[in-house]
Amino acid sequence: MVRSLLLALVLFGLWLLLSGHYTPLIIGFGILSSLLVAFICHRMDVADHEGFPIHLSSRALTYWPWLAWEIVKANIDVTRIILSPKLPISPTLFQVPSTQETELGHVVYANSITLTPGTVTVDIVDGMLEVHALTRGAADELENGRMDRKATAMEGLGGASKAGGTA
Amino acid sequence: MAADIVSWIFILLGCFFLVVGGIGVLRLPDVYTRMHAAGITDTMATGLLVVGMAFQAGFTLVTVKLLLIVLFTFFASPTASHALAQAALSAGIKPQLADDRRPGAKGGAPSEGEDR
Repeated sequence: MVRSLLLALVLFGLWLLLSGHYTPLIIGFGILSSLLVAFICHRMDVADHEGFPIHLSSRALTYWPWLAWEIVKANIDVTRIILSPKLPISPTLFQVPSTQETELGHVVYANSITLTPGTVTVDIVDGMLEVHALTRGAADELENGRMDRKATAMEGLGGASKAGGTA
Repeated sequence: MAADIVSWIFILLGCFFLVVGGIGVLRLPDVYTRMHAAGITDTMATGLLVVGMAFQAGFTLVTVKLLLIVLFTFFASPTASHALAQAALSAGIKPQLADDRRPGAKGGAPSEGEDR
């Protein structure tokens, strides 16, 4: 219930930013439609910890900038490979363990891998992610497990204290 | 004026990465490696172009909308990439590998799929 009300609040905030109209009538419509959508989501039971993971938002604020910087570094690596005349690629298919506890955590980790150029998550089998990497170096980088620990810390469950230490 | 210059630096850098992504798609050998090149346009190029446009817009609602576009792109693009990779794999397209570290695979053996 609290989560649904929060959802309505977030939706209304988004609506305010997107609409740019601030007359009482229009704002009234905005409030009504946010509440209606939140109510429907509540009835459909999709405003849960997966559909509306607001509990992650504070940790996302530290995880996203870290991820963004990783993406920038990976982009520069891949750019260098593509522009190099010799095209020094060594495509590698490998598996990395995904130590997150929830499905949402697995998705966060898998999507972070895919979002980073040079590595794409192809499949997930029993808590192992199958990843295609453009070079052996990118594969080694992922196999050292730093991103896995960061994603687990971002999930913020049982392993948080352990992962927090290494992060 | 200063904002214009910064904005253009970002936009031109974004264009550069778009071109690099295109070159990569042409140069790389198979569908899986090409996806990595396409990833450059999804992340770096989009990000830089939008930041450049945000400098044009200044502190307005337009900037907020631009940043939301980046946010949604960053959620949608890995999902699409993953769907593409998985579709290619289940269609039986074998990746050309220099190194196969999957359990049960012959490690380091140059794989099949030398059709190019």
